[in-house]
Amino acid sequence: MNLLDLVIAVPAIGFIVTLLIPRAMEQAIRVITLVFSLVAFLLSLALAIGFQKGQPGQQFVTDFIWIQSPEIHYHVGLDGLSLWLVVLSAFLTPIAILLSWNSIQKQSKEFFALLLLLEFGLVGVFAAWDLFLFYVFWEVVLVPMYLLVGIWGHDRRIYAAVKFFLFTMAGSVLMLAAIIFLYNQAGTFDYTVVLQKLQSGAISLSHTQETFLFLAFFLAFAIKVPIFPLHTWLPDAHVEAPTAGSVMLASLMLKMGTYGLVRFCLPMFPVASRENAPWIVILAIIGIVYGALVAMVQPNMKKLVAYSSVSHLGFVVLGVFSFTQMGLDGAVYQMLNHGISTGALFLLVGFMYERRHSLAIADFGGVATVAPWLATMFLITTLASIGLPMLNNFIGEFLVLQGAAQANFTWSVFAALGVILSACYMLWLYQRVFFGEVGEGVKQHMPDLRVREWACVIPLIVMMVWMGIYTQTFLRPVSDTDAQILGNTPVHAQISAPAGSVMTGGNIHAH
Amino acid sequence: MPTSFMPSATDLLRFSPELILTVAGTLLMVLDPLFAERYRKLFGHLSIAALLLALFGALEAQTVTGLSFSNLLIVDGFATFFRVLVCTIGILAVLLSYRFLDRELAETGEYHALLLFCVAGQCLMAASNDLIMIFIGLEISSIATYILAGYLRNDKRNNEAALKYFLLGSFATAFFLYGVAIIYGITGTTKLDEIRNVLTQPGMQFGGVAIAAGLMIVGLGFKVSGAPFQMWAPDVYQGAPAPVSVFMATGPKAAAFAVFLRIFMTSFLQISSDWEPLIWMSALLSMTIGNFAALTQNNLKRMMAYSAIAHAGYILVAFASRSEGGTAAVMFYLAAYALMNIGVFAVIIHIEGKGERHLRIEDLAGLGQRQPVTAALLTVFLLSLIGVPLTGGFFGKFYIFRAALQANLVWLTVLGLLNSAVAAYYYLRLMVLMYMHEPGEVTNSLEPLSAGLRAALILPAIGTFILGILPGAILNFARSSAVFSK
Repeated sequence: MNLLDLVIAVPAIGFIVTLLIPRAMEQAIRVITLVFSLVAFLLSLALAIGFQKGQPGQQFVTDFIWIQSPEIHYHVGLDGLSLWLVVLSAFLTPIAILLSWNSIQKQSKEFFALLLLLEFGLVGVFAAWDLFLFYVFWEVVLVPMYLLVGIWGHDRRIYAAVKFFLFTMAGSVLMLAAIIFLYNQAGTFDYTVVLQKLQSGAISLSHTQETFLFLAFFLAFAIKVPIFPLHTWLPDAHVEAPTAGSVMLASLMLKMGTYGLVRFCLPMFPVASRENAPWIVILAIIGIVYGALVAMVQPNMKKLVAYSSVSHLGFVVLGVFSFTQMGLDGAVYQMLNHGISTGALFLLVGFMYERRHSLAIADFGGVATVAPWLATMFLITTLASIGLPMLNNFIGEFLVLQGAAQANFTWSVFAALGVILSACYMLWLYQRVFFGEVGEGVKQHMPDLRVREWACVIPLIVMMVWMGIYTQTFLRPVSDTDAQILGNTPVHAQISAPAGSVMTGGNIHAH
Repeated sequence: MPTSFMPSATDLLRFSPELILTVAGTLLMVLDPLFAERYRKLFGHLSIAALLLALFGALEAQTVTGLSFSNLLIVDGFATFFRVLVCTIGILAVLLSYRFLDRELAETGEYHALLLFCVAGQCLMAASNDLIMIFIGLEISSIATYILAGYLRNDKRNNEAALKYFLLGSFATAFFLYGVAIIYGITGTTKLDEIRNVLTQPGMQFGGVAIAAGLMIVGLGFKVSGAPFQMWAPDVYQGAPAPVSVFMATGPKAAAFAVFLRIFMTSFLQISSDWEPLIWMSALLSMTIGNFAALTQNNLKRMMAYSAIAHAGYILVAFASRSEGGTAAVMFYLAAYALMNIGVFAVIIHIEGKGERHLRIEDLAGLGQRQPVTAALLTVFLLSLIGVPLTGGFFGKFYIFRAALQANLVWLTVLGLLNSAVAAYYYLRLMVLMYMHEPGEVTNSLEPLSAGLRAALILPAIGTFILGILPGAILNFARSSAVFSK
């Protein structure tokens, strides 16, 4: 049992322990879940510190047979791609617990227990190296999220929760079919073995087979990302979810989709990935522009942030399917950035909702006058979100655009529209909510940040600055793994990455 | 083979589950008038004891596998698996019945005796090596179920269910019997292995055999409620007393699948390419009709009836793969399905109240707030029915679709998996009601779980988790016994 197993096990144990505590001891439940999530976070920090840089393969590996026949392994490990996503999951869960401290009164035991279950699933998804295990964790995530939205959400919560569940389920059953198909070919679920067999030609897939398998995986991930036009569940789920649910959904669950694209689609089906890249990239660019335009006209703050997610994740998909080192680095970095900055946006919007009990932009105005610190934190987050240099999103978006330009310059021209639009809708939102006349409702109900809220916000702000200035910490391991993944997807005639792309990856570290 | 009329000790041991159950059932019938009203609870205890003994007998019989009684009876891993399964289902059904019979003031020895006969018939079906024996087992099981379906004789719905089940059931059995007759005419034998030997001889003409197989598919398709022979199931499951409904959806169905598999994977394996399309069609129809019809149901029992049809469809998918892996998948799925279905019905019996009044799905509203443990257990079963990982239902589906893909049934697999996504909707509706709605009249006035129901909830839940987290042991046994003696 190594450190990574502990990071997976601690939330699961916490979940069970929480369920065993009597319902009446509400405060104890909150404290205990927080303690468990903090322990998991500290352990994940130890993972980050102990992680050997400059080594693209898996580390902290545990591998034993879970079920004999069919042979299913409990095989977990971390590489540069999954490391930060695991840390991010462990980092955001205590924040999600802390921010729900007072706002969740109904059935609080289940709520906090489910957050831990969600963390367990998320860490498992990012750490699993066995296709079957990956699928198990993938589905485990679904249930707590469904309940979080459905029980503690707003008015249309049931519609949103069921829609979310069915969309994800529809995508994932096809992925299951593809996984079983691969198993029948390879005789194992172990991802590394399957991958190796695919690359060495030990399993030879016909062109049609590869395309269909790619599409089965892609559909599951595309729904989760979500890629336009499969995004319709996302605004509903976000708007209706409780704040902690929105944070976990935006910051972590959407990353399951993009992670899956990078981890599974690209290396396992290199030819199909490259062949299908053109239309996927077009969908991604449509998502970037469409998400931004729709965000612009939203009267509801949460919905605005939700649509901005559609736009931001378009960048990630664009980066992934540019097949350049820069693009992929940027995409993975952008996953982390989006996790931090959109998480922070949802969190701050949630704080304002707790005060004003409204999400409508029209109900705000002049908040900066009565709550200057809240306004300041929101401003930093806004600036990060629109990609101001020195803050985190800038690096990611820049790399993605550069990578996309290397592959096809037109792509980056259109995608760059999204950057401009994001500045429009975010700054306009900021202006309407924080400046202007102070309304009566705002004056009475808008106290500034409290201690507990500071504790939620500060870590996120620190991360925005850190990730924006000292990229080295995070990008090095990511780049190593990305180079390996790209090396595994040999260049196809149609789209060619520049020959020196792996080298240019090195230059980025100068940021 | 000894020609003596006295069976040997080994033969008796091989036959012990049926013997025990028949003797115990008869005993209960005799005891019925002798027991005063307040000792009636004992009938349930006695039948559980008998079922446990039969289960033990089935396990003991596994130590002396082989053919008995002039090759009429066969004890192999396959038979043992199903005998253990139907006895377990019987035990859980009795646990479910305590509260129900108590509430309806209908605790009699007759009910339990019929249940035991029914299980005895199913054990016999699982261990038969002869079409006539199978027919006898089928009839013992069916006739007992016809009566059980109309057990509350003053209840109109019970009467309707019993009559429908009886008429359509006899009709279907006739089809089966007609198939048996044709096979006997062609091969001159009713023993499964001998039929296979005749059919594998070179130069056989398969026209008549295919017709016989088709007739048997009609008969057995009816028993497993596979489309297009599923018409009876919603009405009968809805009308019959709840413990009987769930018993019908699990026990007789498991036994019918056992027979289905044994006949078609031994005798008719030779012509499997002829019957595979029929099973394929039936599987697809069952899944689709079951799931789509269940979407719009408002009655819990009726919804579960359509769900039963859909699950029969999933099992038929594995059947259509015509492989040992497929057979093992059927066995595993039947076990997993029995557990989750019984769990759901335990909750239904818990909330329905006297006279089965509260059966609308809205009656579950707010259960999560009023009785969180009951709701959590029901959630486990629903997740298992949906096929979410870490539950038995997931591995069941997984093995089924794996077998299907191995047999190159790609489209059936894709359609089946999409079907299971559709199914998620109506199971989720129950979860929505339990957790996301305020408690209603029914859940507010709910009594605490009775001991029997608690056992009938917790035991299947444990089983569901074992099948979902450590399925190895059961699956290995299923795999090793899915090989029919050649």
